[in-house]
Amino acid sequence: MKKEIIFENKSLYRDSFRVTGFRFGSGKKTACIVGSIRGNEVQQLYACARLTAALKELEKKGRIREGKEILVIPSVNPYSMNVQKRFWPTDNTDINRMFPGYNLGETTQRIAAGVFEKIKDYKYGMQFASFYMPGEFMPHVRMMKTGFESVELAKEFGLPYVVVRSVRPYDTTTLNYNWQIWDTKAFSIYTTTTERIDEASAKQAVRSILNFLDKEKVIRYKSHDGYISSVVEDTKMKSVRVKGSGFFQCLTRVGEDVAKGQVIARVLDPYDASVKEEVKAPVDSVVFFAHDDPLTYANTAVFKLIPNKK
Amino acid sequence: MIETIASVGLPVDETLKIQKNRLEPKHGGCGKRISIVTGVHGDELEGQYICFEVARRIKKHPEHLKGTVDIYPAMNPLGIDSITRGVPAFDLDMNRLFPGSRDGDMLEYLAARMVEDLIGSDVCVDIHASNIYLREIPQVRINRQHEKKLVPLAKKLNVDYIWVHASSTVLEATLAYSLNSRNVPTLVVETGVGMRITKEYCDQLTDGLFCLMKEMGIWDGKVITPREPIVSQDGKVCFLNASTSGIFVPKATHWKNLEKGDVVGKIVDPMRGEVLDEIHSPVSGVLFTLREYPVVDEGSLVARILEQ
Repeated sequence: MKKEIIFENKSLYRDSFRVTGFRFGSGKKTACIVGSIRGNEVQQLYACARLTAALKELEKKGRIREGKEILVIPSVNPYSMNVQKRFWPTDNTDINRMFPGYNLGETTQRIAAGVFEKIKDYKYGMQFASFYMPGEFMPHVRMMKTGFESVELAKEFGLPYVVVRSVRPYDTTTLNYNWQIWDTKAFSIYTTTTERIDEASAKQAVRSILNFLDKEKVIRYKSHDGYISSVVEDTKMKSVRVKGSGFFQCLTRVGEDVAKGQVIARVLDPYDASVKEEVKAPVDSVVFFAHDDPLTYANTAVFKLIPNKK
Repeated sequence: MIETIASVGLPVDETLKIQKNRLEPKHGGCGKRISIVTGVHGDELEGQYICFEVARRIKKHPEHLKGTVDIYPAMNPLGIDSITRGVPAFDLDMNRLFPGSRDGDMLEYLAARMVEDLIGSDVCVDIHASNIYLREIPQVRINRQHEKKLVPLAKKLNVDYIWVHASSTVLEATLAYSLNSRNVPTLVVETGVGMRITKEYCDQLTDGLFCLMKEMGIWDGKVITPREPIVSQDGKVCFLNASTSGIFVPKATHWKNLEKGDVVGKIVDPMRGEVLDEIHSPVSGVLFTLREYPVVDEGSLVARILEQ
């Protein structure tokens, strides 16, 4: 393993801003894995740290295949994490809305450009991603329909689901989108959580990446193959929204089967805990996403369900 | 008349309302409608004074009002109240959520209602105040796609500068883009600086709004002759970014001509008493954006100059 500074900026009063990478093996730029880009992505950083540890062991045992190089960047944004802010501390911009970056532009554009320059030529790109809504996900690989996506390849991770969704205007400045445009096979890996560590889910994510790298003959890794992934179009999922706001009492969990008509959550009055609303499953389905904040706002999509096949 | 265009209940004993003030002539009118929007970003407050001044002048001389003036002073009331640019709790930029969705979450729903309510306006003016970092001279920014329709309207607004910029997919989620693509001519004004009111600029723009209303037949009172703005494309705008982190101390004066090589400002290190960099203008032109917030990281924008 070789530790390397991928990008560095000097600060007036803080220690230098550094993006640190770890290289395993040598030769062709084969796989790049990026952990947290936002300051609240603790689980994403943790999963990446576990992956670094696993690759270190595999390298010691000579299991990185000859001529293949893997780069792991656990955090593109340590500055924000250290001050517990989600976005860039000075101007609140999101590095994951700045790709491919601009090396003469503003600070986060320069960071994106500096990092992207070092990671754009890899054959495979994987990012531990997070969602802006508070909640838990079924572990999955997510891809955008750019015309360059590789759904079949995504199944090799062995995660329960591969989710495919259309490109939205703001996606064009994300890392995943730009990787695809630059000919990297790009995958976003979603574990269950963001701001707290879920050990089991982090391990599953690490195993899924190692499985993928084994199948693509980048490493030699023996484990069970994981799941036979189901491919789901984002538009086929059923969003379940609350009508009103109040305490959110979740009565199910991600991964559970729910039946049509089953009460899966309640909204409670904030002053007397009376039930303001019962949230029912509209179809027989599996819970893919569940809101986990104790409060909810009106109209919030508190669940995403994958309907059972008929 | 104050109207609520959208409302949603917040978790604990509070209703979030988006409101407008509709000002109409007592009898008849020309049938035209202008909508003045501000407060999409909660830290941009210049529009607050402009809304006040427009309403005050109309109330003082209601006899000159010949059409409908809708004033939307607070599209992001929670942001304005909590000194937050985006929408607090969601950490989202309201101006990246349009056109929204009636069936979407709370913010998407509010965005959709705003667009629905603004449709039908003959002109919409969306007033922004840069951000807390940069001071802007009063200007209108226009997406190149809508240049032909919007530049003549922008010229009535009594601004100093009209910047016709390239289109970008990210900007498709703005209020202005959503409205322009739904045939509501919408002008985006940038003026002053975040968290402050620059009365001189606000008065200048208020005068311009009355010029525009007169042109539309909405106002028949006396108005000034709007100043002739500079109209430019992207290629003429020169960006100056900080070469290093430090404290930026401006030297040049905002909205003044600079010669190539003139000093715009310096970046200093207070700890060591050293000048880390002196920033020179790479072109001759007019300084229309100048950094207001002193702390800079490497790359922070410190100035924009319109090359002449």
